[in-house]
Amino acid sequence: MRAAGAIALAVSLLCGALVTDARAERLIASVSNHRVTITPDYSGEQLVLFGSIERDADTPPNRGNYDLVVTVSGPRMTMVTRRKEKKLGIWINTDSREFLNVPGYLAVFANRPINLLASAEIQRRQQLGLNNIILTQRVAGDYADVVPGDPFRAAFIRLRTQHGLYREVSNAVTFLTPTLFRVGIPLPSEVPTGTYDVDIKLFANGAMITRTETAFEIVKVGFEQFVADAARRHGLLYGLVTALMALATGWLASVIFRKD
Amino acid sequence: MQIFLPIADLPVNIFLILGMGIAVGFVSGMFGIGGGFLLTPLLIFIGITPAVAVASVSGHIAASSFSGALSYWRRRAIDPALALVLLVGGMTGTVAGVSLFTLLRSYGQLDLTIALSYVVLLSGVGGGMLWESIGAVIRARRGEAPILRRPGAHNWVHGLPLKIRFKKSKIYLSVFPVLAIGFFIGFVGAILGIGGGFILIPLLIYVLRVPTGTVIGTSMVMTLVTMAFAVVLHAVTNHLVDAVLALILMVGGVIGAQFGARAGQRIAGEQLRLLLGLLILAVGVRFAVELTIRPEELFMVRAVEPGS
Repeated sequence: MRAAGAIALAVSLLCGALVTDARAERLIASVSNHRVTITPDYSGEQLVLFGSIERDADTPPNRGNYDLVVTVSGPRMTMVTRRKEKKLGIWINTDSREFLNVPGYLAVFANRPINLLASAEIQRRQQLGLNNIILTQRVAGDYADVVPGDPFRAAFIRLRTQHGLYREVSNAVTFLTPTLFRVGIPLPSEVPTGTYDVDIKLFANGAMITRTETAFEIVKVGFEQFVADAARRHGLLYGLVTALMALATGWLASVIFRKD
Repeated sequence: MQIFLPIADLPVNIFLILGMGIAVGFVSGMFGIGGGFLLTPLLIFIGITPAVAVASVSGHIAASSFSGALSYWRRRAIDPALALVLLVGGMTGTVAGVSLFTLLRSYGQLDLTIALSYVVLLSGVGGGMLWESIGAVIRARRGEAPILRRPGAHNWVHGLPLKIRFKKSKIYLSVFPVLAIGFFIGFVGAILGIGGGFILIPLLIYVLRVPTGTVIGTSMVMTLVTMAFAVVLHAVTNHLVDAVLALILMVGGVIGAQFGARAGQRIAGEQLRLLLGLLILAVGVRFAVELTIRPEELFMVRAVEPGS
C-alpha cells in the first residue's frame, strides 16, 4: 500500500512537473440517471449532468474564466447516406457513402461558441463540435474522414440533427457558480439503445486543463426488450406466433360479428 | 396515448394506428380486398420505414382475409382445388419475393422499387377498373342490359396442356396459368406488402373465367395463406415484422371491415367498382407525382444491419 501510494505520488509529482499548472483542477461530474429505460410510453427524456470544478492549492488564483465542452456519444453503428438524382425523369438513389462505426447519438454542449473558446488546431485535435468529430467514411474501398464541407457528411449531420439525434448547442452549459455547472442532455424518442459516453473537457484561456468521463446506458426493458429480442434471436418462432396472432384475430372477429 | 413500437423503434399514437386500421378495414370490407395497398403507404407516411411497413402489414392482411375467408367457407363459396393450385404458385412467388426484397434492401433500391411498382400496378389496375365501370355505369343509366360474359367463350389460356377439373367452380383448366397467376401474386405481395386481391380477382374473372360465386372466397384463402407465409418469411430473413404494430392494425382492421361490408351492400356493383378504381388510381398517381417532383430532401440516412 505504502509503495503504491509512493509511486502514485511520484507519478503525480512528475505529471505536475511536466505540465506545470495543467493538473491543478479536477472535474467531478455525474448524470441524473445512469440507466434510462425505454418503456411502452417512452417518448423522449431529458437527463441532467451536474459537475463541479475542484480547485486546489496549485490553482493559479487569478484563473476564473473556465470553458466547458461536453460531448455525449451514443452506441456506435454503421450508417449509409444515399443521395437521390434525377434519372430518366424520376428521382432515384444513386450515390452513397457508408459511415463506419459512427455514434448513433451525438451531442456537443458548451458554454459559449466552440470557435471562440479554443483555436482551430485544438478544436480539430480534441474533436470539439460536430464539425471536428471524426466520422469515418468508406469511399470505394478507402477509409477516411473528409472535409467538413463534404456534401455527404453535411447531409448526414443535418439529417441526424433533424431527428434530434445529433446536436450542437453552444450555450447549453450553465455555470451556477463560477465552479459549479449543469447541462441538460435531451434524449429524443428515437434514441438507439446502448451505452452512452459523456466526455467533459475543461478549458481555460484556450487550452485544455483537464477532462473526465462518465457514462449512462439506455435499455429497453420488459415487453419491448422481449419483443425485440424474440424477433432477432428466434425469427421463425416469432414469425409463427405473429401469423397465429393474425389468424386468432381474424377468427375472433368472425365469431364476434357473425350474423347467422 | 403513445406506444413504443419495438421493431420500428419509434413511438406512435396508438389511436392513430388503430384509426388507420379501422379506416383501411372499412374500405377493404366494402370492396372485398385486403387493403394493403392503402395501409403500407399510410404507414410509410407516418414515418415507419417501408421495409417494416411492408413486413408488418402482411400480418394485418392475413387477419382480415381470415375473417373474410371463414364467412365465405360457411357459405361454401370457396373452391379448395383452385385455391390449392394457386397457393403452390403463391408460396413459390412469396419465397422469390422475400429474397428479392432482401437483395434490393441491401442495394438501397427497395424504396424505389416499392414506389415504382405501386405506380405501375395501381395506375394500371385502377385505370382499367375505372374505364370498365364508367362504361357499365353509363349503360345502366341508359337502361341497357349489361354486357354478359359468354361463359363458353375460351381464350388461348384454355388451350394449354395439363388440364384439371375444378369441380366447385365448374371449370376445366390447365394448371400452368393458375400457377403463374399464383406465383405473380405471391411475388408482388411479398415485395409490396399487399395481399394482391385487387389484382387476383380481375385475373381470375377475366383470364381464367372463374365464376363470380367462388372468386372472392378463393382469392381470400389465397391472400390469407400467402400473407401468413410472408409474415413468417419476413420475420426469419429480415427481422422486420413489428408484432405490436401488426396487432393494433389487425384489431382496427377487422372492426372496420364489418362496417365496410355493410356499407358495401348498399351500393350498386358498378358504382362500387368505379369508387374502387378511383381509389386505386389515386394512390398510384400519388406515388407517381412523388417520384417525378424534386424531393425536398435529396439525402437519406439508414442504419446498416449488423452482420449484413
